[in-house]
Amino acid sequence: MIEVKDLRKGFGNVEVLKGISTTFHPGKTNLIIGQSGAGKTVFLKSLIGLHHPESGSIAFDGRLNTNFTIEEKRQWRQEIGMVFQGSALFDSQTVEENVIFPLKMFTNQTQSEMLDRVNFVLDRVNLKQSNHRFPAELSGGMQKRVAIARAIVMKPKYLFCDEPNSGLDPQTAIVIDNLIQEITEEYQITTVINTHDMNSVMEIGEKIIFLKDGIKEWEGSSEEMFKTDNEAVVNFVYSSNLFKKVRQAYLNETNL
Amino acid sequence: MNYIEHIGKYYLMLKQVFRRPQKARIFYDALLREVEELGLKSIGIILFISFFIGGVIALQTALNLDSAFIPESLIGFAAKRSIILEFAPTFCSIILAGKVGSYITSSIGTMRVTEQIDALEVMGINSLNHLVLPKVIATVFFYPFLITLGMVLGMFGGWLAGVLSGLFSGVSYIEGLQTDFNPFLIAYSLIKTLAFAFLIATVPSYHGYYVKGGSIAVGKASTQSVVWTTILIVITNYLLTQMLLT
Repeated sequence: MIEVKDLRKGFGNVEVLKGISTTFHPGKTNLIIGQSGAGKTVFLKSLIGLHHPESGSIAFDGRLNTNFTIEEKRQWRQEIGMVFQGSALFDSQTVEENVIFPLKMFTNQTQSEMLDRVNFVLDRVNLKQSNHRFPAELSGGMQKRVAIARAIVMKPKYLFCDEPNSGLDPQTAIVIDNLIQEITEEYQITTVINTHDMNSVMEIGEKIIFLKDGIKEWEGSSEEMFKTDNEAVVNFVYSSNLFKKVRQAYLNETNL
Repeated sequence: MNYIEHIGKYYLMLKQVFRRPQKARIFYDALLREVEELGLKSIGIILFISFFIGGVIALQTALNLDSAFIPESLIGFAAKRSIILEFAPTFCSIILAGKVGSYITSSIGTMRVTEQIDALEVMGINSLNHLVLPKVIATVFFYPFLITLGMVLGMFGGWLAGVLSGLFSGVSYIEGLQTDFNPFLIAYSLIKTLAFAFLIATVPSYHGYYVKGGSIAVGKASTQSVVWTTILIVITNYLLTQMLLT
């Protein structure tokens, strides 16, 4: 579980996060949505320690990340898996080398043990026969799957994804969404996804946080999102006619 | 950002670079890769340039010494001194600053803008130590060897230029090479090379690591890194010469 309390972060005179508090539970896909510039990426990067918040606290299963000793911080880092927006695969390394890298760096497993684990996670993300290909030889969807494999190879407790569907066709995007949800449930990981993709919100959003101008404007489940009358959420999520119709159909069906 | 801030940030970067590698095996693999990328792949250009520069130095010296009172062996002597003292260490290092410096900045800069460095940091890896230390070790240990090769080939180029042009005899040239040999000058040259190698690895790494933006920013950082490395090589060359030879 990740508990965030009154998180604030700014750059120069610009305050980006203006006191965000929320809780992310294990085994659930938690989605952060909001317009561009709302502070989603800064929030996500603050959670994983790439940005240092000015105030507030982030507790990982009760452990405040500001109180970590060097060894605890090292241990905590190994409990984190991150899927970056552009996959961030090491382009000079093959798929296998990318995925095995954290194992080589942080474990004392034998080569065959590491290869077994790599093949297992590549199999888990439906990416067989690609071990010796370079990232540049893969499609966007395959790169995302390699990034997910690398993120889960160390059996993380927390998985963070920054726009995992950006640049993917709708069909591949659904495959990636379902994969992340399956992995989250299977390994009881606390997953936090930063997304613009409303399909993802509808498909896998078990808890949704809507950020607006650095403030948590709304939070709830995807079902609650259908019912909400929060103007900012309605304007953002149901901006397309298709989603307006979907929402209307849902409300009619549930007689609300 | 002003120059003082850049200098401070550069020293803070070095503090992170010179840490114990997190995993010896990975460091060793990275080191071998960098020796190949930054060292072995530079041998060709250094040998080619040294050979022709050596030839030009010998020809220029011969053409400017047409007095009967000056012994012909002075051509070999002057060529040797010029090559060992300046052309091999300084000129070749400036060539390497262009070739290797732009490679280092663009490769690290691209890793920065494609979030590969962030990926390393999230995993709990000291990215500066992981990326820059193997480069520093590879250049500092390999470039003295490279520059020594450059010296040898430069002197050979001078000899061949004389033999082919007929401007001076090969025998007198070799006699000049052997005259007044001072081993300290080789040491001076290699000390300079060590300092230049350090700059060639760290200054472009600094420019690449702290790049912000996209591909244009990486291109600009590469240009800046070559310019600054060259400037620092020239200044260091002056300071070391002042300290070691005067």
